[in-house]
This record gives sequence, C-alpha cells and structure tokens, in this order.
Amino acid sequence: MPMDEVKALTVVGRLDSLGLISEFVTRAAQDAGFDESAVYAVDMAVDEACANIIGHAYGGEGRGDIEISYRIDEDGLTVVLRDHGRAFDPTGVPHPDLDAPLEERGEGGLGLFLMRRLMDRVEYESRPGSGNILTLVKRHETTS
Amino acid sequence: MEVTTEALKRCHVVRATGRIDSQTAPQLEEAFRALTREWHYKIVFDMSGVEFVSSAALRAMIDTQKTCKQRVDGELVLAGVPERIYETLELTGFVPLFKFFENTTEAVGSF
Repeated sequence: MPMDEVKALTVVGRLDSLGLISEFVTRAAQDAGFDESAVYAVDMAVDEACANIIGHAYGGEGRGDIEISYRIDEDGLTVVLRDHGRAFDPTGVPHPDLDAPLEERGEGGLGLFLMRRLMDRVEYESRPGSGNILTLVKRHETTS
Repeated sequence: MEVTTEALKRCHVVRATGRIDSQTAPQLEEAFRALTREWHYKIVFDMSGVEFVSSAALRAMIDTQKTCKQRVDGELVLAGVPERIYETLELTGFVPLFKFFENTTEAVGSF
C-alpha cells in the first residue's frame, strides 16, 4: 500500500462527472485497505459532497471545476474537495429529525447528515481567492 | 442505473439496478411520478439490483411514500433490499417508514 501519496483529479462540476469521481475515490478507499462497507461509506459521502458543490456552491451544472485529491496514510484516507463557487458550509446545516413521522419528513440536510455520519471527520474552510475546501477523513478502525 | 416499471393486476413494480446516485436519482423520481400521476398508488420498489443509493434517491422514495399514503390503501413497499442499502436506510431513520419484503412476490402479495 503506497503511503503518503497524493493523487488528484479535476472534473467539471456536472452531475455526469459523479461516476468518474466515484471510481476515483472508490479506488482510493480500496488502496487505503478499507473493507467493502467503509469503501461504500467514502463513495457515498463524496457523492453527497459533490452534489452539494454543484447544487449549492455553484448553483447549477457546468459553472466551475471540482478538484478532488486524496492522501493515504497509516491512519486512513483523507479526501479533499475544492471548488471555486459560493461559500457554502455544509457543516453548519442542521441535522434532519430522524424520528419525525412521515408527513413531517422534509429530508433537507439528509445528504449532509449522511456525510457526517459516514466519515470520521468533516471540515470546511472557505478562503477568499482560493475557494472552498472540504476535507473528509475516514480512519481505520482501531482494535483495542 | 436502469429503471423499469411493470404493471400488475394489484400494483406496479418499479425495478432499479445499479447506482442511484445524485446524477441518476431523477430517473427514479420520474418513474415514481409517472405512476402517481396516473393515480397508481400501490407500488413495489424492487431494490434487489441496487448497488448504491444517495440522499437524492432516499428523497425520491420518501416523497413517493408521502404521495401514496395520502390515498386509502396506497403505499410504496420495498422488496429485496440489499444489506448495504438497508444499513443506509437505518442510518437515516427510514426503516420505520417502509414495509420490507424478502422479494417481489411477497411484496406484491401484500397488496
């Protein structure tokens, strides 16, 4: 397993780029040595993150690029997503009420909720001039 | 992702295969809407061939369930849900909102 290797991919922020992004991060999670369930978690979290970038930061398709890079180290996998759209802090979106009855389930914030539940760390940073940076970390489970 | 709809005597079966991600989820949504638009509110969603669901897919399911449940006897029920997908439904608190069946035959029989 290559350690501390950074790989990157830049795609146009369109929904039809999601397949390519999924292949890229799935391979990353597999290379990092995660089991099928964790690979699925990373795949899903990144899909949600990219859908948010396209829908919220860019406000539509084809309005800017998404840069995805990852690093594998002994703790696990770090995926960094960068865009140059509007600042949109997914970590500030409130959790949906998961116990609410059917008629009250609006499902806003569901993707963000999933992202946070599926990953060990989700951090957002917006820097004027250098865009929005979302860092997603998945750690190996430690055996005690 | 591929989605097909089959009309049966008592209900309709929507069958999806592959990845229902943020790109393909609108196809699923449209398949459900095509049924409810025509006043078909008894729907079996065969998920046995589904490999991946995004929150957009979950939203399509919950919206359809809401529409169906507004009618007497209307319901969206789930068949053949793979373990990985079930875990996602659990994580999002969706399990109590749907009936689950081992396979399509059992689900169809429930109507």
